[in-house]
Amino acid sequence: MSTDKDTRKNIRKLLRNPSAIYRRPGDLLFTFLVVTLGISIILLTLSMAFVLYGEGSAALREFGFFGFVRGTTWDPAVQLVFGAWPFLLGTVTTSVMALLISILPAIAVAIFTAEYAPRWLANIIDNLIQLIAAVPSVVIGIWGIFVLAPWLRDTVYLPVFMWAESSYPQLLPILGNPMGYGMTTATIVLALMIVPYTTALTKDAIRSVPQEQREACRALGATRWEVIRMAILPYARGGILAGAILSLGRAIGETMAVAMLIGNKNTLPFTIFGAGATMPSVIVNEFREAVESLHLSSLMAIGFTLFIIALIVNLFAAYLTRKFSIKGGQVI
Amino acid sequence: MLNNSAKLLKTPFTHLKDISNLLMHQASGPARASKPVSGVTFTPEPASGGKKFRMQTRNLTVRYGTTIGVEDVTLPIYDKEVLALIGPSGCGKTTYLRALNRMHDLTRIASVTGEVLLDGTDIYGNDINPVNIRRRIGMVFQKPTPFPTMSIYDNVVAGLKLVGIRKKSLLDEVCERALKQAALFEEVKDRLRSPGAGLSGGQQQRLSIARALAVDPEVMLMDEPTSSLDPQSTNRIEELIHTLKEQVTIVIVTHNMQQAARLSDRTAFFYVGHLIETGTTNDIFTKPKETRTEEYISGRFG
Repeated sequence: MSTDKDTRKNIRKLLRNPSAIYRRPGDLLFTFLVVTLGISIILLTLSMAFVLYGEGSAALREFGFFGFVRGTTWDPAVQLVFGAWPFLLGTVTTSVMALLISILPAIAVAIFTAEYAPRWLANIIDNLIQLIAAVPSVVIGIWGIFVLAPWLRDTVYLPVFMWAESSYPQLLPILGNPMGYGMTTATIVLALMIVPYTTALTKDAIRSVPQEQREACRALGATRWEVIRMAILPYARGGILAGAILSLGRAIGETMAVAMLIGNKNTLPFTIFGAGATMPSVIVNEFREAVESLHLSSLMAIGFTLFIIALIVNLFAAYLTRKFSIKGGQVI
Repeated sequence: MLNNSAKLLKTPFTHLKDISNLLMHQASGPARASKPVSGVTFTPEPASGGKKFRMQTRNLTVRYGTTIGVEDVTLPIYDKEVLALIGPSGCGKTTYLRALNRMHDLTRIASVTGEVLLDGTDIYGNDINPVNIRRRIGMVFQKPTPFPTMSIYDNVVAGLKLVGIRKKSLLDEVCERALKQAALFEEVKDRLRSPGAGLSGGQQQRLSIARALAVDPEVMLMDEPTSSLDPQSTNRIEELIHTLKEQVTIVIVTHNMQQAARLSDRTAFFYVGHLIETGTTNDIFTKPKETRTEEYISGRFG
């Protein structure tokens, strides 16, 4: 009885002096832990950017930031001139094309598993798709080298090339060398690799559509597809867009599989079938051989540019989510 | 044969439920000797005053997996009346309402047995498309459900666009008619193109009603349409229901007994998945036949 009284007295004391609650050692420790870890993530990111900038500053000073980014010559052997434009172009082309190729199938799969498929089938499909994300990039690269690239060369590139050669020879410079390793192969593999991300994020967005919206649409006499078109997709559009942009971020940063399949050519022009390079692929290909300090610094500067691009893409995704997301029936 | 044995198996459980109900009631207040609850005790009343059936359920049972939502409900719904479904939470009134336009089709585990007749045709019949049924039976939900990316105008004509009507003059006309019916037109006529989600809660609910009315339904199902609204908006919706019943048959679920008394012509009282009593609202509220009904409407439980 007396302990009960004591407890109540203590509670009353605490309530009268709310700040005392936060002085309990457990709370203090926990707050400290959370704040420290939270801040350390920010510091880690900033220090990464700082180191990349610091290491790349020699190259950026030498050519100027825009000179470096817009420079079309990458010659580490003779002239020691470094311009990242081919790689920037390669990265943007492959990842944007990969997103365009994969987004509709990915959304379709997400709709199918979230709205149409019976649960067991949806689970199987989900797991298989997640498996793609779980396969290491280098394994997908190996598969690309030994299976996909030769197959594409024999069944797609060569026939198209032959046809162009006989009918439209003016197309040949655009098509490029159909050896199997090049921009298109890399793009297709990238598309495959980002499907799990787009699908998962789209599915989250679809799942977050309130049941009431579906029911309201159904109650109007909508069919399944009409519910998806009228109630689900408009409501989920913010999430779907943001998911697509985040997948684009994945594609931009993807390294090994691309480096193994893109053919690695440092000079413009890039062609449809022919070899090319991306920012990550050139880094992974050349950092071991970068004996010149300006070469190494240039690779770091590419890393820094990549960091900036990734940051912009992520911020853009966050902006889209905010702009298009719908909370509690209100368009924000 | 199979049916009979199933019933035999079920009987002891029904009794158990009855006993527990009895105990509950005795705990909650001085109860008169009450008859055991079961759907069987109810006999459908004869058609009153020559009014014709618009809908009717016969031995309607809805199960969620093995749990029973409502059991063996036989209830007529007359043309152009307001039927209120009342009862404590979890009594099955919403479950019953949702069976009337086949909304349970959307729930994987729900199963419906028995018949729901709309103008004499079983809407659960084999050759019946639920999409067509829902076009004839409109529904308004607890929470307002405007489509957030659509304008007020597009919200109202959404149902018409679903049936393929694209003619602008017709859409304009119906939009205005439906908004007037829902007593919203005057407030929004100058901003039909602004988003429907920008309206107040009460306006959004009237927009939802206008949207349901635009397709000219024969029956309107309302699932606690005012429960998320302030008293003023509630008033407007109640007035609206009052005028609407000239044109449509309305079935309304409500927690609010005053609302049921004010609005409805007939009232059905549900309790633990069974229809206990039904009759004219006047009779139910002044001289209920069942003890449980009396206890509920006099506020002794629920």
